[in-house]
Amino acid sequence: MFNAYKTNTLQYDPSLCTGCGICADVCPHGAFEMKGKLAYLIKAQDCMECGACQLNCPFNAIQVESGVGCASAMIRAALLGQKESSCSCG
Amino acid sequence: MKATKKDSCGQQEIQTTTSTLSPANHWDHILARWAVNREGHRVEPGLYALGNPTAESPVFVTANYTLSFDALRSALKGIEGFILVLDTKGINVWCAAGKGTFGTDELVNRIEATRLSEVVSHRNVILPQLGAPGVAGFEVTKRSHFKVEYGPVRAQDLPKYLKSHTATPEMRRVHFTFKDRLTLIPVEFVSVLLPLIILLLIGSKGTVAAILAGTVLLPMLLPWIPTHDLSTKGFILGGVLALPFAMAAFLKDPASALWLRSAWALVYALLIPPITAFLALNFTGSTTFTSRTGVRREMFAYIPTMAWMFGVGLLLNIAVIFIH
Repeated sequence: MFNAYKTNTLQYDPSLCTGCGICADVCPHGAFEMKGKLAYLIKAQDCMECGACQLNCPFNAIQVESGVGCASAMIRAALLGQKESSCSCG
Repeated sequence: MKATKKDSCGQQEIQTTTSTLSPANHWDHILARWAVNREGHRVEPGLYALGNPTAESPVFVTANYTLSFDALRSALKGIEGFILVLDTKGINVWCAAGKGTFGTDELVNRIEATRLSEVVSHRNVILPQLGAPGVAGFEVTKRSHFKVEYGPVRAQDLPKYLKSHTATPEMRRVHFTFKDRLTLIPVEFVSVLLPLIILLLIGSKGTVAAILAGTVLLPMLLPWIPTHDLSTKGFILGGVLALPFAMAAFLKDPASALWLRSAWALVYALLIPPITAFLALNFTGSTTFTSRTGVRREMFAYIPTMAWMFGVGLLLNIAVIFIH
């Protein structure tokens, strides 16, 4: 069965990890887990590309093309000819 | 909105607040949940004293959306502290963090504008975890000397969190419970109200049912509809819904020709599922788990099918009306 959410843009380079644990703290879906002094990407598939881990990692160990997973925002952006889609909700 | 009070030095005064929600607050929450004046549910940004805080009391940061501010203060019953309200233009913490208005710059500026370093003796601010997509904690520390501490996702977990300043894995997870999804239905419903009224006036029962299914039933039944993608969930729900309509159309007039009865049935089978599927796809922005990559893949995978089904269904509908 086709699953649109099987892949995403999250990339993690463990060689840059210093074990501060902030990625595991900020991820709302538990994609990272600390084992000793190293973060492990245990649930990459659950990433929703919010960008919290990348923004808070002081060592650039995480890269993700963050954005809003909202179809109506993307459709609106496409119709209005805007490049970047941003949500308009409260 | 009240005007910002400033003393002679231009410093913003500390306002006071309580952890008790008034009937007016509850009414404001109801209006917000029904999308009435969506941008207008604002709290004045700045520093608030909750109870009788001292220089050692904790500082909690939140958005200037009434639902965010009220969730925070009502969760802090019996706790003395400061609440630092960022200017997020009346948007909740998570969405504002995604836009960057609940962000590093705003936090650093607000810490300075309120002279927080003169109000408290410690150098620690507690942020909701969902503020993290907009705030680089280490950057805030570099620029303001305040350490960013990410508290739990939900304000209601704060009293437990504050005992040890550590969050359990459960406190760090975002959910999308039945109650969460029910809360969203009024906003979904209001967004389709106008087409719904027009279709009701035309007497198009099938499309009215399809829209209600996509905005009310889908959020309710979400995790129990098989398949992962929102669009396919919508197709399934719409398909099930189309069955009785198609059956009724087929059986309605046994005297008329078989092909005409079949055509009427087919109109329902073609028109209802793409409407429900499209509304389901649009629900992605309300969920707590869809990624941009995934939503984009969904759009490319399913929108052509929705458009074809709807287009053919509409043509067939017009054709049978003419022939009839």
